Amino acid sequence: MKYIRIIPRLDIKGPNLVKGIHLEGLRVLGKPESFARLYYEQGADEIIYQDTVASLYQRNNLTEIVTRTAENIFIPITVGGGIRSLSDISEILRSGADKVSINTAAIANPNFINQASQSFGSSTIVVAVETIKQSDGRYLAFTDNGREYTGVEVMSWVREVQERGAGEILLTSIDQEGTGNGFDIDLIKLVSDVATIPIVAHGGAGTISHIVDSIQLTGVDAVALASILHYTAINQDTISQKQFKDEGNIEFIKKRHSFKMFGTENIKMIKNQLTDSKIPIRVPY
Amino acid sequence: MIDVAIIDYQMSNLHSVQTACCIVGLSSIITSDCKQIMNAKSAILPGVGAFGEAMKKLQISKLDDCIASFIESGRPFVGICLGLQLLFESSEEFGDHKGLAIIKGTVKKLAYSKDGLLRYPVPHAGWNRIRRKNNWDKTLLRQNTPGDFMYFLHSYYVQPEDPKIVRATTVYGQKEYCSALQQNNIFAAQFHPEKSGQIGMRIYQTLKTNLAKSLFL
Repeated sequence: MKYIRIIPRLDIKGPNLVKGIHLEGLRVLGKPESFARLYYEQGADEIIYQDTVASLYQRNNLTEIVTRTAENIFIPITVGGGIRSLSDISEILRSGADKVSINTAAIANPNFINQASQSFGSSTIVVAVETIKQSDGRYLAFTDNGREYTGVEVMSWVREVQERGAGEILLTSIDQEGTGNGFDIDLIKLVSDVATIPIVAHGGAGTISHIVDSIQLTGVDAVALASILHYTAINQDTISQKQFKDEGNIEFIKKRHSFKMFGTENIKMIKNQLTDSKIPIRVPY
Repeated sequence: MIDVAIIDYQMSNLHSVQTACCIVGLSSIITSDCKQIMNAKSAILPGVGAFGEAMKKLQISKLDDCIASFIESGRPFVGICLGLQLLFESSEEFGDHKGLAIIKGTVKKLAYSKDGLLRYPVPHAGWNRIRRKNNWDKTLLRQNTPGDFMYFLHSYYVQPEDPKIVRATTVYGQKEYCSALQQNNIFAAQFHPEKSGQIGMRIYQTLKTNLAKSLFL
């Protein structure tokens, strides 16, 4: 049996959980560890932490957040952002991560994927593929959290990374990301048709039926969720609105806005509805 | 005397194993020093990494001999994921490699399969159920329930020669493989108990109970 994984994705900037649209315009939402703990309690299957500005500043600041998180939640943690060397991977794994995700460094030096998977095992190495659909219908990969054009075509890149030993693909549609308009089903289908490694679909989930569609219409293995969970979580008692560091765009959280498009779904509801739709899922409660 | 020596061969996510020990109240030390390992009440060989690379590191640090002596001493020894696979005679991972040869059998690659839209990709990454084989009474699984979900992250599976040592199996695609075994004082699992939420934590609690009662199994 294959059980579809539900994976909250937490984008981090400095000490804070942030969320943008099309990977841009990042709003501060709170303290990442509190969200991770809440999602763990609600039945998340894994957690993804992505340092959103690490490639820009050539550093990954997440190790302390990862260590604190790994002390409180007992599910796998994938960490991405700014990972460029085998010693970076070693350091992130030692801080408590179970998998690392690589994008910018893999495109700059594809051989890094071979080295990483031979040193740490394929199953530890996730390649993040962040894509924008072009007017001619092709999907091209972008790096640096969607900032940098590479010209690399997604389908051939997917084949290449899996030949080089990647153990999973974290597939982001930058077009859909943060919009709540639904996943790019065509993209997920194209990629899962050629991939023999697990595919995590990310970008666009706004309703539970978007999630159901992405699973029933494609060969996806896991879905990564952000806005649909975060904008519900910020209204929970356990997530104190004071728990953020005064850095970055904090206007949204200071004014205690809610985001009209999101704010009602949580992991438990999502899992219940997937079960009703006969989608195999781990139900831990 | 320290409860658990977590064997450090410079590759694994040792932090989460140590956290799990700490949560259930087991004292632990992360070490590559054979003396410290031999002085502990039990030892855990964790597992993230590639088989060949891991064997090389165990040999260079002479931890291969240390592990064999520890198991010889009859104290509880736990292998997790790669730590299970390393106990076998050989693995197909990235070319053929010799293992510690403490358990008879081999390590094989999972095969990718597809049935319409339903894919069974490799690595097998995610939650899956464990089925009971043989008896769980004297194993670290005795406080778990058949059908429990555990977290798996692996491309290879073990094929023990002796079916009696198999304690749990897991089905992925068409394949049913050994996901936990017990051979004398060795308990080893393909899944990661420390990444399997409260259900996985029961295995650490059982280890704690065993050590408190000086049970060797």
